[in-house]
Amino acid sequence: MAGTAVLGRLNWRVADVVEVRPETSRTKTIAFDVPDWPGHQAGQHVDVRLTAEDGYQAERSYSIASASDASTLELTVERLDDGEVSPYLTEELRPGDAIELRGPVGGYFVWDSSAAGNVFLVAGGSGVVPLMAMARQRNAEGSGIPTRLLYSARALEDVIYRDELAQLTQEDGFDVVYTLTRAQPSGWQGYDRRVDRDLLAEVAPAPPELAVSFVCGPTPFVEAVAGALVELGHEPMRIKTERFGPTGG
Amino acid sequence: MGALMLDGNAAAGVLQEIFAVEMTTAVGTCDSCGAAGEVGRVQLYRGAGLILRCPSCEAVLMKIVTSGTRAWVDLRGLRTLQLNA
Repeated sequence: MAGTAVLGRLNWRVADVVEVRPETSRTKTIAFDVPDWPGHQAGQHVDVRLTAEDGYQAERSYSIASASDASTLELTVERLDDGEVSPYLTEELRPGDAIELRGPVGGYFVWDSSAAGNVFLVAGGSGVVPLMAMARQRNAEGSGIPTRLLYSARALEDVIYRDELAQLTQEDGFDVVYTLTRAQPSGWQGYDRRVDRDLLAEVAPAPPELAVSFVCGPTPFVEAVAGALVELGHEPMRIKTERFGPTGG
Repeated sequence: MGALMLDGNAAAGVLQEIFAVEMTTAVGTCDSCGAAGEVGRVQLYRGAGLILRCPSCEAVLMKIVTSGTRAWVDLRGLRTLQLNA
């Protein structure tokens, strides 16, 4: 964990919204100013709590999108139409509003600046968020750790952070491989199917060269990817997963 | 009640609230099969509370129910829990 600041009981903090930025038709990035934020590691998340006028509370966990050195804390949230929290965060929040959050939490699914070998990031849909924090962290540190992101999205317009990812690939040792599972633009040269064992065999670094894989996405996606990586000879202990589901709404 | 499985990661906030330290990197040993691994790696099911299951044998490791200012924690399924500084 990053120092002693995370020790001790977690307290809810008031976070002020400073910016709301659309990323895709279903996702927005919300930037918060959090007084006395203790800092975080790429891959950690926060719990967000909303309280209704009648006292009813709903709590959800969201991955942090920003690198640890960023001036604001950013969350990228996908709107789930039947969700309790995400429609409010993506549609109602405005700069100047405040919400309650606590964190950062989690120490397991975090970027390791000392990784010896390649790092393989595998994203399903908005599962790219904590992996983007890692890519940003890597860039901020000027890290030379060879890192590949495999990003599965339904269509090109559903790809979050597309321009910034293109910029990051200008850095040495970072590249992105896309697969678009439902719709592809004409002339698309990339993959056009769900991530399966054959695709991973082509894209993933070979087991001896791979220090760690981080896989984040909906539960069935993570199951399929982690299972196929093990079949390809990757050590289960070196595959870190973060599943999310409708309970994340 | 969602039968959907998540990872121990997703319980990081609740666990830190109860134990007052980061718990997803703690290493638990399953009392049922003896498998050891990080708490972040276990299977997590959410219903009225949280159920953490062993990823090797699926035995229940931990049950947590929180309500207001109280928390009930059942650790019967864990043989040991190793906390790292």
